[in-house]
Amino acid sequence: MTVKVITVGEDILGANEARARSNKKRLDEQGVLTINIMSSPGAGKTSLIMSTIENLRDKLGIGVIEGDVASSVDAEKINAMGIPVVQINTGGGCHLEAGMVAKALDDLPLGDIDLLFIENVGNLICPNAFALGEDRRVMISSLPEGDDKPHKYPAMFADTDTVLLNKIDLQPYLEFDVDSFSKVVTGLNPDAVIFPVSCKTGEGMTDWFAWLESAVKDKKKK
Amino acid sequence: MHEYSITESVLNLALEKANEANASRITRINLVVGDLSGVVGECVQYYFDFLSKNTIADGARLDFEVKTTQLKCRKCDKVFKPQDLNWTCPDCHETGIEIISGKECYMESIEVE
Repeated sequence: MTVKVITVGEDILGANEARARSNKKRLDEQGVLTINIMSSPGAGKTSLIMSTIENLRDKLGIGVIEGDVASSVDAEKINAMGIPVVQINTGGGCHLEAGMVAKALDDLPLGDIDLLFIENVGNLICPNAFALGEDRRVMISSLPEGDDKPHKYPAMFADTDTVLLNKIDLQPYLEFDVDSFSKVVTGLNPDAVIFPVSCKTGEGMTDWFAWLESAVKDKKKK
Repeated sequence: MHEYSITESVLNLALEKANEANASRITRINLVVGDLSGVVGECVQYYFDFLSKNTIADGARLDFEVKTTQLKCRKCDKVFKPQDLNWTCPDCHETGIEIISGKECYMESIEVE
């Protein structure tokens, strides 16, 4: 048998990209600003979402998709706040994919939602490679993780719109060089906005809320 | 663990292209991955051998061309390879850089019978 070479030249994750575009279209039609929140485990994704819900729920309809390897602990916390939430368990998978989000969207009252948070699986290796249909990508980096994370996981930081530097209240106790961290992030990604925040004390959160509200307004205009 | 879903995508894309060409067997799949893509070739081949059973891709070899990270200085346009954690431009010491290679993750070609 003769061997024939077929040129492909296509992105391996092209099928996921196509599903992400379809999610984006659906969310655009409903005017839902969708934020993909990524970080390492324990950086404060759920705390950030809960604090944002408490502060913006009177102004905006908020929904949440929770991605975790296992358990529904986070979704139960959001549900207890009376906010529509869907839990995705990846069953060992280390990131969310567009197909999983498509199914979750079926279970959310999109017509009542202005702002949708998708909490990705806590991981700094690969979630950035899998588009979900989001408008904005937000990374949370927290002080106890150390200021070298953008160096160690550059692809994650290069692909993000906003970086929240969480647990800033711990700065007196840790050797975290905020200037050096910010320099590397903006070096990789000159358009990235960095907000030093503390979900615990509320420090810096007003700027994050203002950024979100402005992004929701922009989305509604489209 | 992300290799599992990457492998599923590799297999599906290869089967689709082979089917379009009316091929009866896929013998080789040539992939290009950057060293920032986080794809471990051995893991992909391991999952592939399992997932491709009972398909025309059973027994196919995966070839990985690995692209090393290359950066470009946003100020002076110097192209350089990063030295460990030092991503500043070796010429002008600017920290603003663009990743121009290292994030690749695509299928270049397949070889079929």
